[in-house]
This record gives sequence, C-alpha cells and structure tokens, in this order.
Amino acid sequence: MTIHQTSLGRNSLNRRRFLVSSAAVAGGFSLGFSIPFDADAQSPVKELNAWVVIHPDDKVVIRIARSEMGQGTLTGLCQLVVEELECDWNKVAWEYPTPGENVKRNRVWKNFSTGGSRGIRESNQYVREGGAMAREMLLAAAAAEWKVPAGELKVDKGVITHSSGKKTTYGAVAAAAAQLEPPKEVKLKDPKDWKIAGKPMKRLDTVDKVTGKQLYSIDFTMPGMLVATVRACPVIGGKLKSFDAAKVEKMPGVKKVVAIDGNAVVVVADTYWNARTALAALPAEWDIGKLGEVQTETINAMLKEGLDATETFVGNKVGDAKTAIDGAAKKVTATYSFPYQHHVTMEPMNATARVTADKAEVWCGTQNGEAALAAVSEAAGLPVAQCEVYKMLLGGGFGRRGRSDYVRQAVLVAKQMPGTPVKLIWSREEDMTHCQYHPTTMCKLTGGLDAQGNLVGLHMRISGQSILASLLPQNLVNGMDPAVFQGLAASGPEATYGYDVPNLLIDHAMRNPHITPGFWRGVNTNQNAVYMESFMDELADAAGQDPLAFRLKLLKPKWKAVLQAAADKAGYGKPLPAGHFHGLAQIMGYGSYVAGVAEVSVSADGALKIHKITAATNCGHVVNPAQIERQVAGSFAYGLSAALYGEITVKDGAVEQTNFDSYNVMRIDEMPQVETVMVPTHDFWGGVGEPTIAVAAPAVLNAIARATGKRVRNLPLMHHELKKAS
Amino acid sequence: MAVINVNGKALNHTADPRTPLLWVLREQLGLTGTKYGCGIAQCGACTVMIDGVATRSCQVPVNSVGNKKVITIEGLAANGTLNKIQAAWVAADVPQCGYCQSGMVMAATALLAAKPKPTDADIDAAMTNICRCGTYVQVREAIHAASKA
Repeated sequence: MTIHQTSLGRNSLNRRRFLVSSAAVAGGFSLGFSIPFDADAQSPVKELNAWVVIHPDDKVVIRIARSEMGQGTLTGLCQLVVEELECDWNKVAWEYPTPGENVKRNRVWKNFSTGGSRGIRESNQYVREGGAMAREMLLAAAAAEWKVPAGELKVDKGVITHSSGKKTTYGAVAAAAAQLEPPKEVKLKDPKDWKIAGKPMKRLDTVDKVTGKQLYSIDFTMPGMLVATVRACPVIGGKLKSFDAAKVEKMPGVKKVVAIDGNAVVVVADTYWNARTALAALPAEWDIGKLGEVQTETINAMLKEGLDATETFVGNKVGDAKTAIDGAAKKVTATYSFPYQHHVTMEPMNATARVTADKAEVWCGTQNGEAALAAVSEAAGLPVAQCEVYKMLLGGGFGRRGRSDYVRQAVLVAKQMPGTPVKLIWSREEDMTHCQYHPTTMCKLTGGLDAQGNLVGLHMRISGQSILASLLPQNLVNGMDPAVFQGLAASGPEATYGYDVPNLLIDHAMRNPHITPGFWRGVNTNQNAVYMESFMDELADAAGQDPLAFRLKLLKPKWKAVLQAAADKAGYGKPLPAGHFHGLAQIMGYGSYVAGVAEVSVSADGALKIHKITAATNCGHVVNPAQIERQVAGSFAYGLSAALYGEITVKDGAVEQTNFDSYNVMRIDEMPQVETVMVPTHDFWGGVGEPTIAVAAPAVLNAIARATGKRVRNLPLMHHELKKAS
Repeated sequence: MAVINVNGKALNHTADPRTPLLWVLREQLGLTGTKYGCGIAQCGACTVMIDGVATRSCQVPVNSVGNKKVITIEGLAANGTLNKIQAAWVAADVPQCGYCQSGMVMAATALLAAKPKPTDADIDAAMTNICRCGTYVQVREAIHAASKA
C-alpha cells in the first residue's frame, strides 16, 4: 500500500495502534506504512497540546474526540481548531485519540460521547482554545529564536513573518514550541472575524469513501482473526434454554459454538458466511415466559389507558389549563400515536475483540467511546486501565451506536477464546430485531378557544415509554423522565416550548413495555413535534384562522423568526401550482430553532408526492454552512422515511420486522427538493444533526390535511388511504 | 480452488461455490469496499458491476459468476485517477457516513455507461440504493454534473 494524497494523515490512532499490535502478534507484520502516532514516546514529534500536533513538514494533525458518523463533526471541529491555530487548511489531517488514553490523561479530551447534536456546540470552546494556545506557543518559539517580541510577529496559513523580513513555518518551530509552557489564558476570535470556521469547507473524509478505501469496523481484519455471528432470544428479555452445538460443529469453517449472557448463541468460524450458515442451522430453545403474550395491540392498550390516568409527571405547567378549557367557547380534542421505529444504520452492529488474561481490546464504531470502554472492562472482568477501544468511522449512528450491547457481546465471545481476535457481526435480521427502538407514545390533546378564536388553554397528555427509565434510570428526577418533554419544556437552553399559552399543562403517564427504547436521532422531539404542530393546525382550523397567522400570534421571538423565515422563503400564502399545498411546523431542539414548510400534492387516487421542503435553521453560530445544508436535507430523508414507513410491530413478544423488505425507508425517487435557509443570530451555539428531523413529519401531515381534508393522527402514513372521499 | 475475474485480474478463492460473491470479495479477496447492508438485494450497498451490469453481489452465488468480469469500487480509479462519477462525488461532497457510497457510485457508473445523459426519471429508476444519512439530493446533483463532465 502506498500513501496517496487523500490518505495523508488519515492514519487514525486506531490504525496506528492496530499496526503496533499486529506487529507484535505476527512478528513484524505491517501494512507497509505508518506515520508515527505523535504521542508515542519514541516519536520525535511532540504534541503542542492534546489537540494539535505539528510535523516538521508543516503537516498539522488535529485530534478529534467526537465520533464521525456522517454528520461532519470532525470537519467542523477541525475548522474551529484551525481558525485559532492559523495553519494551512490544506495541510490538515486528523486522528482519534482513544478512550483509554483519555482516561489515562485525566480526560484531557473531555467528552467522547457523540449524541444529542453536541459535538460542536459543547466542544467549541475548548477545541478553539487548544488551537489558540498552540498558535501562541508557536509564535513564542519563533520570537525566542529571532529574539524579537512575539507581538511583532504575524502568521498566515502557518507561515510566521516579522517586519525585519524574517520568515519561518510552523513545522520549523514546532519542536521548540512543544518545549514551552502553554499560556494560561488565550483570547478567542470574534466569530465575525472567522476565515475558515463559518465557511463551506469540504469534508476531510470524502475521497476514501468513494474509492472503497475507507475502513469501517465491519471491514477490520487482523492476523488470526475469526468471525462470529449471534442470535439472541427473539423476544427481548427472554433467555436461552438450550442449544445443540453438536449439530453444527462439523460444518465448514466452524471453530466454536458458545452461549453468552444467558440469552444468545454465537457461532465462531473462519468467515462470516460460514458462521452465518452454521448459526442458521443451530437448534436453540428459548424461555420467553409471559413476554410471549405481548402484542402491539396489548402495548397500545397499555398506552391508551395512560391517556386518562390520574397519576402523571408534570413537565410544563402555566396557569390552570383545565379550568380555562372547561370555560372556553370552543373545545378541540384529538388523540395521536407514534410507533416504535428502528434506526437502521447502513452498517449492521459489529465489533472486533481480543481478550487475554491481562488485556482486552476492541475495534469498533461507537458514538460513545468511553461507555464502550466501560462495557469492555465489565465484560472482560478487567480494570479499565487494562482495556482499550480503538474507534473506527461509523457506517451510520443515529443514536444506535451510543449503546454498547454489541461491544459487550464481542468481548464475551472473545473471552472464551483467549488471545484470538474475534469479529462479531450482527446480521441485518439480528440488528432489526434487537435494537433499542424509538419509543412509542400516544398523546391526547385538548385545547380551548375563546369566542375570538384565541387559544386560552391547552392540555397535552403524553402516555408511553421513557428512554431514561430503561437505559439511564439514574437520570430520572423523582421518577420523572424530563427527556419525555423534549421540545415541550418550560424553560432552558435545550428544547423549550415556543408558544405563549396562558394556561398550559403538559404531563406524562409513564408506561414502559418490554421492548427496549433508545435514543433515535431527534429522540423525543420527533413525536412531540407531530403532536404539538399537527394539533396547532387543528386549533387554527377550529379558530377559522390561517395556521401561520395563528402560530405567529403565540410564538416567542426566536421561534417566530425562524418560522417566518421558512414561510417567507417558501412563498407561504402565495399561489402554488394547481393541486399543491403547504404545511408548516416548528420546534426548538438541541439548542436550535428550526422550522419547515412542506409542499405536497395528493393525486385523485391518493398518491402522495412531497415536492419540496423549505427549512429554516437558527443554530446560533454557523461553523460549516455546506454541512448544515446536508444535515438538514438528511434530516428530511430520515424524518420522512419514518413518517412514510417507520413502524416496528410486536407479535408474541418479538419484533416482526426483519430487514428492509419489511421495514421500508425512503429512496431517491421519493426525496423532495430541500431548500435550507440559515438565519443565525450569532448569540448561542446550537446543534444541527437532529432538530430538523422533528419538523419533517408534522409539516407533511399538515400539508396533507390541506390537500385532502384528512387529518392523519397515527403514523406511519403507509397505513392511510389519502384518496379524497367522493 | 476456483478463479474469478475481478478488476481485471484472475483471483483465486476457496469459498464454498454457493457463497455469495459479496462475501468472497470481502473475506477471501480483501476487497472490503463492497459492503454488506441487508443480504437480500434491497439496499444496494453491495453493488458491483458484472459484465457492465450493476448487480447486488449479496444475491449472486460465486459459482454463477464463471468467466464474467466483475468490477468493484476498488477497480474504478484506474491508475489512481478517479473516474468521472467519483470525481463528481468529491466535487459535490456527497458522502456523509459513506457506507452506502460504494454501491451508489457503482450504480451511478453503470447508469452513465448505459445512459450518458440521464434524466431525473432515469436516476430515480436506476438509483434504488438506500442511504440513511440522506445524501440523495447530492447524489442526484453529482450524477447530473458527471453527465456533463
């Protein structure tokens, strides 16, 4: 293998570590190249700080702790570092530090967790400081060499100059700079002076992704590696009763048949295909108990009961909604529901583990490197200091790879074959049936309008599943799951309800079926936006008012501005092509304000066409407008896939959908044109990867209601006949 | 030992004859650019060209390939030069996570070979690959750009 332009510096730390490890295993095995990892003691290149390493040839390596899964965070974070560092963008490469190194270095890279659209909004301060401190040290080194005050130096794209005519580069002074004490404080640039940040820089990880060179963890290999595949109890929560390994042990390539965690069987073979073939032939009996009686209908009945329950958690309360609604001139009520959904990352879950008596290592794509490290430690029964996780790029995350269940399984298998690296790959079918699904909820909304059509009271009763109760019970607040009210919260910088309603009650009856819920891109904003924004249209209709005008009267300033921006750009209220209709939605989520306008038509025979989406975003500061456009467009592919097709159902306790033939998603022919409007107010840092998903479904549902007179209150749309009643 | 012709080379493998081409490429020949996504020819992540036809390799038993010429994503950039689809992909900064993109690029390469100036309807019909990140807008843009290159 030769180093070509595009892989310059893409030698992420994990690959370097892999080379070191496999050299040890194979006695000198090497892929033929390795640029030394800069923190290695033997490397002549010392880091300037945790974020920045500069090589003598001026190559700048930036360390990125957050996981790249398509959202562009590594490019955006590099832009922020480079902005302060003032190096040449064309000489930038990046690498991942490992979770183990983070632990050893007192968490110098802080949070590895990559979810909640937090990558840039949470790390911007410290990564910019890393860049600025490195710049100061480089300038100080040049100043010392030239014996001039550092304040007299200028730097542009990594070239340092002095009025005397002296000139040098970052690469030339980096070694001296690395010996200096870092400055105690640095002043960061005003974003209005940005030259690299705020600009539509091309992603740093593209070429390898169009040539097949990009390695995902499913592609990982090392000498002596075996491949395993798993079948867990088809009913989540069920147990393994028995299995008959002898039936498959003689099949081609099979090396071992094992049980793990008391709930799954695994075949380890020389190749995935052989492992899969043997696993399919492996007899296994399961103990599913009463869980086998659970059906989608029984789950729905459980949720329906909660819609009128008397005991609830109150998430947002203003005035006295019940009295106001009871005394209102007009009362409107509707009940909505939102099904379980699956993330369906394109790369099925997988991880490679190697466990010996005193060390456990895992190579995987993960959204949460430190949680994965903790899972490795627990599963291996070894202290964290003897464990390591080497992160690889993710073939999709969407929240799914924030969990470490697949990492744990890989370690449990490898532990039974000490010293042998084992790559565990889930089949698509295993992946589809053993997820942590988008939770299911229902919502009963009751609104009261006065004689002039003003909204005087609103009650939203949510009934359904809590993610925190299942995955992070320590984060419940006196039993309440605050995340259930995402987008509906009373206050805060994260996901606040945008309407000023004089009497408001939003409460939650927690009902937790056995199907494990999880964080699914956008999380609870998705269904909450459907409830909030569809019903806002229903209220506007009941008030005899235009849905935009009705909303604008109630919305707080930042929410209002972004909705108005979307409406203006879409030409809302102006004539549309015959048969086309607009629908609106807005929400605050992940610290950002977003709105969407959908333009749809429904043919005489009921065929829906989503022609165009106009989406407005106020994420405060804009770090890379091109990537924001892609995240917004991608949010509609994701959100509309769910609205059209997304539904996981349960039969006899087990998930019924198994693959893309039973769990459909949007293809290119259904993808609308997406126009993105950025209306940044430059006074906060908001997230981008998730908030817009929430407006996709309600904007389309509202447009469908305009087109057909039919109000769809239960997703997915594929179950609904949209043909106009004749 | 059996032989298949991949990216212009005759390559040996020892897989069971019924093994899908996808897994022979990935596990026997080290060509991991071709991805596993579903195994049932739905998602298109495993798309390769067989005698110029975009084909989902997860449903092709390796013994049915015979002497046909298989081209994978690794075989597109002749002498390290990106083909015009790949170049258009880079120019439009198409990939997000990138996992589906090998299949997308293969399907688009086959499309342009058959129809040098595809319409939007042609793209809709040929590009049935699934992308969960939602790169569809950029995929369409890049195909049109490549058709003009």
